Amino acid sequence: MSSILLVNHVSKTYQSGSKSLTVLNDINFEITPGSSVAIVGPSGSGKTTLLGLCAGLDGASTGNIILTGQSLEKLSEDERAAIRNEHVGFIFQSFNLLPTLTALENVMVPLELLGKKHVKSQALELLEKVGLGDRIHHYPAQLSGGEQQRVSIARAFANKPKILFADEPTGNLDEETGAVIENLIFNLNKESGTTLVMVTHDGELAQRTNRILKLKGGKLVDDSQENEISSSL
Amino acid sequence: MQNFSWLLKMAWRDSRKNRSRLFLFMSSIILGIGALVAINSFGDNLTEQINSEAKELLGADLEITSRYPIPDSLRQFLSELNVEQSEELSFASMVYFPNSGGTRLVNIRAVEGDYPFYGQIETTPNQAAETFYTNNNAIVDKSLMLQFNAKTGDSVKVGELTFPISGEVNKTPGQSAITTTVAPPVFIPLSQLESTGLLQTGSRINYKLYVKFPEGVNYTDFFKEKLEPRLEKEELRYDDVEERKEELGDAYSDLTGFLNLTAFIALLLGCMGVASSVQVYVKEKVQSVAILRCLGASASQGVWIYLIQIFFMGLIGSLMGAGLGTIIQYYLPQLFQDFLPFEIDLSISGFAVLQGIAIGVITSVLFALFPLIQIRKISPLKVLRASFEPAQKDRMKYVVLLLVVLFIFGFSFSQLRDWQNAIIFTIGLIVSALILFGVGKLIIWLVRRYFPTGSSFVVRQGLANLYRPNNQTLILVITIGIGTALITTLLLSQDLLLNKVKLSSKKNQPNMVLFDIQGHQVSEIIKMTEEDKLPVIQEVPIVTMRLASLKGRPVDQIKKDTTTDIRNWVLNREYRVTYRDKLIDSETLIEGEYQGKVQSEDSIFISLENGLAEDMKVELGYPITFNVQGAMIKTYVGSIRKIDWQRVQTNFLVLFPEGVLEEAPKFHVLLTRYENVNQSADYQQKVVKRFPNISIIDLDLILKTLDEVLGKISFIIQFMAFFSITTGIIVLIGSVSISKFQRIQEAVLLRTIGASKKQIIRINLMEYFFLGSIASLTGIFIALLATWALAYFTFETAFIPNFAGALIAYLAITALTVLIGLMNSRSVVNKPPLEILRKEV
Repeated sequence: MSSILLVNHVSKTYQSGSKSLTVLNDINFEITPGSSVAIVGPSGSGKTTLLGLCAGLDGASTGNIILTGQSLEKLSEDERAAIRNEHVGFIFQSFNLLPTLTALENVMVPLELLGKKHVKSQALELLEKVGLGDRIHHYPAQLSGGEQQRVSIARAFANKPKILFADEPTGNLDEETGAVIENLIFNLNKESGTTLVMVTHDGELAQRTNRILKLKGGKLVDDSQENEISSSL
Repeated sequence: MQNFSWLLKMAWRDSRKNRSRLFLFMSSIILGIGALVAINSFGDNLTEQINSEAKELLGADLEITSRYPIPDSLRQFLSELNVEQSEELSFASMVYFPNSGGTRLVNIRAVEGDYPFYGQIETTPNQAAETFYTNNNAIVDKSLMLQFNAKTGDSVKVGELTFPISGEVNKTPGQSAITTTVAPPVFIPLSQLESTGLLQTGSRINYKLYVKFPEGVNYTDFFKEKLEPRLEKEELRYDDVEERKEELGDAYSDLTGFLNLTAFIALLLGCMGVASSVQVYVKEKVQSVAILRCLGASASQGVWIYLIQIFFMGLIGSLMGAGLGTIIQYYLPQLFQDFLPFEIDLSISGFAVLQGIAIGVITSVLFALFPLIQIRKISPLKVLRASFEPAQKDRMKYVVLLLVVLFIFGFSFSQLRDWQNAIIFTIGLIVSALILFGVGKLIIWLVRRYFPTGSSFVVRQGLANLYRPNNQTLILVITIGIGTALITTLLLSQDLLLNKVKLSSKKNQPNMVLFDIQGHQVSEIIKMTEEDKLPVIQEVPIVTMRLASLKGRPVDQIKKDTTTDIRNWVLNREYRVTYRDKLIDSETLIEGEYQGKVQSEDSIFISLENGLAEDMKVELGYPITFNVQGAMIKTYVGSIRKIDWQRVQTNFLVLFPEGVLEEAPKFHVLLTRYENVNQSADYQQKVVKRFPNISIIDLDLILKTLDEVLGKISFIIQFMAFFSITTGIIVLIGSVSISKFQRIQEAVLLRTIGASKKQIIRINLMEYFFLGSIASLTGIFIALLATWALAYFTFETAFIPNFAGALIAYLAITALTVLIGLMNSRSVVNKPPLEILRKEV
């Protein structure tokens, strides 16, 4: 099966005055559709930067990333935005809901951006699925952290993405709520057959994925394909 | 257009929690638009009124004016055409009110019964305007009656004749209150003029003939074909209804154009406030835009969401401004009543309203574009990390800047109808803003560079707030600074004008001028003056003459020459000339040599004032021929003088040597100096009683009149400056509210680590005190520069800054800034920190 995400000799360097700082150094890997991958590593190892590059939120300094069959390096920011809108979903550690929109409207936005009609019923259905059917008209500030993350999950699945990027999805939640959110993500992921790429510090959470990519000092130091094998067994 | 409807929807959704703030941004344009709409609407009404009342304003179909009696042949010619005529002779003269013993220089208007053919002289009682001709009475200007406590039935002495006053004049066709302030009219029947004894040789008399065309003639054809050629031939000046319409229309559109520019400044200040508020707003929206970008929104979609919000808020602000403008418009006739020659019927001008709304929307969107275009550069990566990214260079910023400058130029051009003035206005505005911007920047830099580390905690915090992130220092310095500059310039230049006149009352300088003295009266008036212990500082003979030829070319020929660069005024004016054997201390010779006595009749060397020589395009040795009441006198330019005009005394553009004009018809002028008002009043009374033909101008009268006229003008300018200052205050309130959340966080942190409520209030007080001080001092600095420039270039007088006035402006504006700042931050200190944090978050 062809890959949904191909990372090919990718490096990322930031310029700070006269000094340059290499955050990612010659990263290579490939992810097949439907799989789930965890990116782990200590703070400052480049996990979030790698996630951002894979999702087309930023451009690599060298190397190439092919997402859903399209090479990101040749695309403008607006063209990358169009790919994100059509094929990508996001879940963030700090939820990143639009504060001036209700829960329902937050979920509707990706569908509206796609130009779809009658999006309200789809959004309602998703919010029901995440257990927020009775909180649809609440603003983010009126919801708890766990509820906000559920809205964020509903929003992430709204456009039926081919690939879902999650950045520490349970990082800001207590253990109990975190577990609920974890289950929700994995269940919806399984149900919709979406590819999941997740950055996490949480070893247990990483263990639930098919594959773990370990970063250290900007380099990919371990690619535990076994995880994928053992999980599939 | 699904995309656009989504943008509208998103703009609506996003605005939900920000509407009060967005409205606050937009409230700063309401006053500017209000002023624009009011003035434009008022201007449209004025134009309509001028068009519909032009005949009433002129009082006739045609007005013929001359410095010499209207030729009988012309009157005969007009009679043959069945044209109705009414003659008026007017001149300046003293009148004496026997009841109060008061005397004053007035404008005597001796008229015939048919005047005016259209409109009317409004009097109290009404019938006085009709009956004073037949009853041989006088009607007297209302303000004059008030000044001398005169009533209908009293009498007024004009020359040798005493007239019963049959009524007071409220309004005359075509005359505004401001013109009657300078020269209050006294109407007498023309038939009685001879008997007053005021028609003496050398008197300056204006002759007018009012003309009413026969019924049923085609106005234009009749005038163009029958009358105009004859009037041209007679070399008479004339005004027909169309010309009067044009003159009045031009005068008032100049006035409304000027006022519109003042209103436009208020609008621009408001827009700067909008731009600054939107800047802060956009900073707060970075995360939301990054999320949208992450979800797949394009860069332009991000901009459009906020542009739509600004558009609608600009529209609402403009609509409210237009509403306010239509209300203000009803106040304007009161404001301008002294300047208008008619009562104005007001109606709302749809065009002015639409224009105001369009300008409001365009300016708010244009100015908001500055911060809004930054949205395009927001990276979706911001959702993952709020790391600092250096600002990227954006060429679009320059495009927006160019659009703003073009818009300002376009607007000023539409008001001034002169591209040079429009460029000067645009550059002036940019330079002022740049000075304020530069001063603001400099002060921020100075505070950082020389930060008083040893000062108290409160002072340090207050000062540091001036340069901390998201500070409003620059925008407040610009808006409050420009407002202060406008008001202070006004106050200082008003002082400047009054001082200029007061300066002339310095010791030993004359402060009273007696003119129209006949030759045989000279010795007696000198005697009378000396008896009253008043010094005769100067006694000058004056001969009136006109220019006959210049450099050998007759004046008529030069007038017809369209290529000539000789200024018109030098060809047309009546020259009042004196003769003496030497120059006086107000004159400095700059070229040639002054010959005080004529050597021979064919070599008369005269002296010209340098400005006149320049406008005549003549140099030393050039021939000039004057028509001295019929006699042609050929002269040569012998010298060129510079004159110090800053004194109440007689100065002459043309000076003759002795030995030429002694026998010509002339009158005399006498200059003296009084020490107190009573002495002046007694002396004037004696002179007027003995020699009614002699007119007197004294410094006290000039000062009073000037003060009154300036008071009326400055009230209008203050009214307009009010819009700028109030806009500055609204921008200040807006800026303070916008930075409130940040202030709350700081205050909460400070309070958490142990700062008292009192200390936080003091920190705020310090900050607003510094802000108010910087802004007002910079404004005052600009005002001083502007007033100096006015003094030096326009009024040509010494600039003595009124520091007391400047100090009052500084204290008032700083106090206002502190007050508003403190009132807005009250909620920050008066509530428990946690409650505020929860509420704001």
